[in-house]
Amino acid sequence: MIAITDVTKTFGRADRRVTALDNVSLAVERGEIFGVAGQSGAGKSTLIRTVNLLERPDSGSIEVDGRVLTSLGAAELRSARRGIGMIFQHFNLLTSRTVQGNVELALEIVGVDVRERRRRAAEILDLVGLSSKACVYPGQLSGGQKQRVGIARALAAKPSVLLSDEATSALDPETTRSILALLKTINSELGLTVLLITHEMDVVKTICDSAALLEGGRVTETGNLVDLIRTPGSRLARDLFPLGEVHTPAGHTVVDITFSGGLADRPVIAQLARVHGLDVSILGAAVETIGGNQAGRTRLALPGARDDIDRALADLRGQGLLVEVVGGADA
Amino acid sequence: MIDPSAPGFWSDLFQVLLIGTGQTLYMVGVALLVTIIVGLPLGILLVGTEKGGLFSAPFGSRRAGVVINRILDFVVNLGRSVPFIILMIAVIPFTRLIVGTFIGSTAAIVPLSLVAIPFFARMVEIAIKEVEPGLSEAADSLGATSWQIVRKVLVPEALPSILLGLATTVTSIINFSAMVGTVAGGGLGDVAFRYGYQRYSTIHMVAVIIVIYLIVQALAALAAWGARRLQRQNS
Repeated sequence: MIAITDVTKTFGRADRRVTALDNVSLAVERGEIFGVAGQSGAGKSTLIRTVNLLERPDSGSIEVDGRVLTSLGAAELRSARRGIGMIFQHFNLLTSRTVQGNVELALEIVGVDVRERRRRAAEILDLVGLSSKACVYPGQLSGGQKQRVGIARALAAKPSVLLSDEATSALDPETTRSILALLKTINSELGLTVLLITHEMDVVKTICDSAALLEGGRVTETGNLVDLIRTPGSRLARDLFPLGEVHTPAGHTVVDITFSGGLADRPVIAQLARVHGLDVSILGAAVETIGGNQAGRTRLALPGARDDIDRALADLRGQGLLVEVVGGADA
Repeated sequence: MIDPSAPGFWSDLFQVLLIGTGQTLYMVGVALLVTIIVGLPLGILLVGTEKGGLFSAPFGSRRAGVVINRILDFVVNLGRSVPFIILMIAVIPFTRLIVGTFIGSTAAIVPLSLVAIPFFARMVEIAIKEVEPGLSEAADSLGATSWQIVRKVLVPEALPSILLGLATTVTSIINFSAMVGTVAGGGLGDVAFRYGYQRYSTIHMVAVIIVIYLIVQALAALAAWGARRLQRQNS
């Protein structure tokens, strides 16, 4: 649905050039919610702004819904943009218009007539749960309500793709959850493809089907979340299930075991204790529902000789669990 | 010297003030209208042709944008730095060309507009620069044309500031309209000059000052009220 291919973007003049995006390629499937995570300064914002060409890349191509945007003329690009909604961290609502007026702006731009505009605005405000605020000005709304207006405006012209530029970063945790739930609803009910950027792993964990990690302008990991969890050494997976620093008790080996898919309900600890005679201690655990499946990671400390432990771990790996030795005498 | 105790003094004063006020309002009103019609687009163009602006590359050429921006900037600065009394005289041939004469209230509208346009254009420029760039960007992401962004985003969002700028502009037009009076432009400046100065009538002078004060205050209050009304929506 969205194909970003070899996109490079630099800022500044020749002597002080900053590379914001370094040969970035990403593919977003139709109907999925794709999250790009990364710290501030990693180039996330630049990346999402190149998708609708608010930022034109120096090289590379952007394809959205079968159209190669980077090769379009100004008028064609405008028409393509109408199929790509965008929401912003600071909402960017017009203070001179009411909530309804803000939503209608999107339709005025497309050239929809007054009656159809009214009808469509009412319908979409109902979808985002703001019907009662139609005649209110944005200044009188809370942050979460403003973002709902932003979403309504972005969806008014019935786009097939929604871009979210840190849409929940200015909101408190509870409001963030309600906005994410709304995005998820829109995604499943309208079949909208969503590309979002965020520095909050929680956002990725809560609604994304796939994710990419952007570091220093490069994509260092990308894939389906369920697959990423099963990937040894995945930074994204580690950030999704933060278990903190590794503290190895003396004479122990510390392992992280990642469960996903149907493996989440395996009695692993009991098995280690009973079959292999290991006195397992649990150092930490995180369990989440990802992509509709239970997934989690447990950090265990295992005492005893390394040979015995390796045998036990091989057994677990044989069952399809991802086991990583993260601390111990010779880890 | 006019004798205030002469019969008919007060009714004459009233008559003279009424005509003077009418002429002033006519000059100021028309000049203001011309100022808005020309100054608003000029201000928008001043911002738009800057680097990264909406019209930074008219006809696909950034060079054209730079040239337009430089020319506008020069013209606006020139208009703002030439003292009005000099401008008024310097543009007489132009005034003649447009109005057919350089004497009278109608002729005075030309220099008045010429002095107010650059002033107002700068006000518009400042007001539009204050509009959050994210708003234009949002409209851009919705596929808006540059013209739609100007009409639906920039001008409505900058309107409270533009209105306050307009109030300042009117005040300066009234100020200059009095100067026009001294060169046969009519209006309240003419009353003050001919009666107050040349015929030593303090009463005429005071009356003119009061009327002009009231006009300026009324317009300023009107603009402030309008701006407040627009801004109340934002809080």
